[in-house]
Amino acid sequence: MTVVSMTVNGKPVSAETEDRTLLVYFLREQLRLTGTHIGCDTSQCGACVVHVDGKAVKSCSVFAVQAEGSQVTTIEGLAQDGKLHPVQEAFRDNHGLQCGFCTPGMIMTAVDMIRRKGVMDRETIRHELEGNICRCTGYVNIVSAIEDAAKRMNGEKAA
Amino acid sequence: MITYPFTYKRAKSVDEAVALLSASPDGKLLAGGQTLIAAMKMRLANPSDLIDISGIKELSYIRGGAGAVAIGAATTHFEVSTSKEIAKAIPALAHVASVIGDPAVRHKGTLGGSVANNDPAADYPAAVLGLGATVKTNRRSIAADDFFQGMFATALEEGEIVTEISFPVPQKAAYKKFANPASRYAMAGVFVAKFADGIRVAVTGAGPCVFRVPEMEAALAKSFTPDAVAKIAVSADGLNSDIHGSAEYRANLVTVMAKRAVAEAA
Repeated sequence: MTVVSMTVNGKPVSAETEDRTLLVYFLREQLRLTGTHIGCDTSQCGACVVHVDGKAVKSCSVFAVQAEGSQVTTIEGLAQDGKLHPVQEAFRDNHGLQCGFCTPGMIMTAVDMIRRKGVMDRETIRHELEGNICRCTGYVNIVSAIEDAAKRMNGEKAA
Repeated sequence: MITYPFTYKRAKSVDEAVALLSASPDGKLLAGGQTLIAAMKMRLANPSDLIDISGIKELSYIRGGAGAVAIGAATTHFEVSTSKEIAKAIPALAHVASVIGDPAVRHKGTLGGSVANNDPAADYPAAVLGLGATVKTNRRSIAADDFFQGMFATALEEGEIVTEISFPVPQKAAYKKFANPASRYAMAGVFVAKFADGIRVAVTGAGPCVFRVPEMEAALAKSFTPDAVAKIAVSADGLNSDIHGSAEYRANLVTVMAKRAVAEAA
């Protein structure tokens, strides 16, 4: 067992865990942050995407001990002062989800891609979404939501 | 899925990693972990210790030089794919890094990890062999032609750590892959490079290990055009055959991808 310390959604956390504990289990089962989902558990579906030190990673493919000393952001950390993040708003406004299981990973991936790429065309968004799988929507409204959010966050008029 | 138990250790230098590795009964190096952790979760790998080398600063760099770009082994695919220096010197190499896995995988996965693992369908081995790169370790320098030895097999010895790969700058180069739509691994990927003294063509994904195609290299040396390779077929004997495609299908893909790569490079 190892004591792992990191900052999660701005709050310092410290917990004893096995070296083999994956970050996603650490977040869900030890910190009770269950917004991060486990879908495929083989690093293909992207339901478990969180940000570690500002970069999107698949938390099912990282051990918690690797995130020692890191800044981790999960879906629970996006809304500020009771106000949804613009990407969350855009997913709601564009009906970018159906069952919602993939949504936390989609949104964390979207926030990361918008930070790196700004306003994107739909083809770029689809390429950037390669690591996130949705079995309900057919992606059209997810792409629309990200396109819309990117515009809002870069000061263009909302769709 | 939960891995077998192991002990995690973080190395701050290559020397420390070597010492930790030799002190562990069955230790493995952990770089980005995007292959190793998946294998451990499937319980296909059961190391006693994981020596994390991803935070070693001396292994993370991109340096342009006279006719070559040197990249530290712990440099991530994301860093290579977005490097202005690489985009300028060898844009095909930046492209290779940009089509590995997906953005989250590229944020973690490293050049050294990919090359040391030598997955038959990985993208980087095609660039390393196609550019005739030099793999540097804590002990020696290994030419790409000697480095890749078979499925998941390399020239690396026990306790040897890849520290840098040095890529010669070609006159022209391109990489085209036909990706498996689910995994994004190459069903067949072809890297073509033109140098002043010759052509190199390297194929990944189609066989058990990355390989060169001398017939295509000779034909392209005479005429660097897609037509030059259009009628050159690689033998399906020994190529990979699985639910995603037969050996014959992959053999055909090699010619198609080679044509496309030459068209892009030319």
